[in-house]
Amino acid sequence: MAIHSVAKRRKRVSFLILTVVSILWIVPLLWGLATSFKSDIDIATRPTSLFPQPFDLSNYAELFEKPDTPVLRWMGNSLLIATLHTALYLGVASLAAYAFSLLKWKRREKLFWLVLTTTMIPAVINLVPLITMMIDFGWFGSWAALIIPGLGGVFGMFLLRQFFMGIPSELIDAGKIDGLGSFGIFRKIVMPLSKSAFMVTGMFAFLGSWNDYLWPLIVMTPAETAWQTLPVGLSKIASTYNYDYGLSMAAAILSIVPVVIVYMFTQDKIIEGVSRAGIK
Amino acid sequence: MEKAMTLRRPGRIKRFLRRLEPAAYLSPYLAAFSLFFVIPFFYGIMISFFDWNLFFPEQTVYVGFDNYYEILFDAGSIFHRYFWQGLGNTALFVVLSVPLLIAIPLFFAILIDLEPPGYRFFRTLLFLPTILSISAVILIWKWQFYNNGGFLNSLLVKLGFAEIPFLIAQPWAWIAILIVTVWWTMGTNMVIFGAGLKNIDKSLYEAAAIDGATYAQTLRHVTVPLLAPQMFIVALTTMIASFNIYGQPDLLTSGGPQFSTTVLMMRIRGLAFGANADPGVATAMAILMGFIMIVVSVVQARYLRKRGE
Repeated sequence: MAIHSVAKRRKRVSFLILTVVSILWIVPLLWGLATSFKSDIDIATRPTSLFPQPFDLSNYAELFEKPDTPVLRWMGNSLLIATLHTALYLGVASLAAYAFSLLKWKRREKLFWLVLTTTMIPAVINLVPLITMMIDFGWFGSWAALIIPGLGGVFGMFLLRQFFMGIPSELIDAGKIDGLGSFGIFRKIVMPLSKSAFMVTGMFAFLGSWNDYLWPLIVMTPAETAWQTLPVGLSKIASTYNYDYGLSMAAAILSIVPVVIVYMFTQDKIIEGVSRAGIK
Repeated sequence: MEKAMTLRRPGRIKRFLRRLEPAAYLSPYLAAFSLFFVIPFFYGIMISFFDWNLFFPEQTVYVGFDNYYEILFDAGSIFHRYFWQGLGNTALFVVLSVPLLIAIPLFFAILIDLEPPGYRFFRTLLFLPTILSISAVILIWKWQFYNNGGFLNSLLVKLGFAEIPFLIAQPWAWIAILIVTVWWTMGTNMVIFGAGLKNIDKSLYEAAAIDGATYAQTLRHVTVPLLAPQMFIVALTTMIASFNIYGQPDLLTSGGPQFSTTVLMMRIRGLAFGANADPGVATAMAILMGFIMIVVSVVQARYLRKRGE
């Protein structure tokens, strides 16, 4: 009885604190949303109000008209780059993860741990050499520099391998008996069983590419405005239209909305993926 | 099973091809991995020994350990000042942010683990900022902090307080950077802690309660020790992420006021490429920074493992 009521009280306190915290967490976004629909006068006279008066679309109109703020174009660029990168990475990394988990060969474990230990090397060391390499390859200022270098990433390959290791060997043996070759087993048995692992790994690859800032900022320096990624483009808005609150918020909200919509439908998988990555 | 036993032993050529199979699966990945992770590492070590010219390779000169010497010891050199000032600012951020990025998400994870009504919604909402890009985050937050009509300052004025010079004076610049960092990145650690909490056998809590432990005592002596594996991962990854801080000060404060938030990554980036590029010095700084990160990781890992035992 006593324990039961204590638990109930704790739940109530937890609910109260979480409500307050959640409001604090969401207010910056709500304020940004409200400001993006305010007129300049409204922003100046009622800066703290969360309700635009009048409801005004001029910030968005201005954003679409200005030649140096093609937010939709940047979004398209980022979407294309992140999608290409994710698709290629899933292909390359899953084949490697398959060889590292279900195929049997000499020195498999040794090579795998060698690959894994390199993740100890801080990425910052590779920054300058990679810039030099991109210039030598003729990729400097092109999307190739954004899509290809990340294909050697270890994290997603590791996640996929962990998952493949858990596939019961009876299923693999059954495939062999049915006369499937190693690629047939990969294609017809491993891949269908690993949909969720592909989803999670793909999401990490996509978000990593979609949100990357420092690398595209450097390697896309020679490219024109229209070819920049969304994070780089938005950072230009933040520095150029420093005090145009309405315009800035419209750009930010426009870039956030699609991500939030996708997140609402996939958040279970994303959160599950993050927690699995943490448990190991 | 019987069928498997009657399978014919494959011919010699087939067997040879089968031995090459793993190589075929691995080669695309290993090619990318070597080309973009392994080679740059050794290439970087090489560059750090040169006075490197990105666009006029014929002007590149071997200088031995000069870059390292200049950065570490030459008090008259601007690179010396850049490095130590940048490292100091980065270290300060690491020391300030890591405890917050462990304690706050741990607290939220514990609250969510009590499963109050709507706990899934709270978790979804609190995790949301982690999926946003740094530029979108800064666009939203910069205007919260501004003095002229920024949300927070307008609110303060409305409530009768003085404005806070968030982005232009210390310690407010660091406070602003910390607020944004916690808001943006806390969610990942919260979810990792949440997964750990979920695995804890709840009967342990009841046992502790029967033994007369208060809730706070239970958290300290039962919950937190059982979270050791998650604590290990979170502490390590958060430390590394905090060392690599770049976007928040770059976009929020531009490294100011008076270079007090100019972190080492900003200096390395500035020297890596652009008008003042000195790739040899930039790489030497990066290698020194990497070395420090590895040392800190090892010390931290030892400490956490000892405490976990």
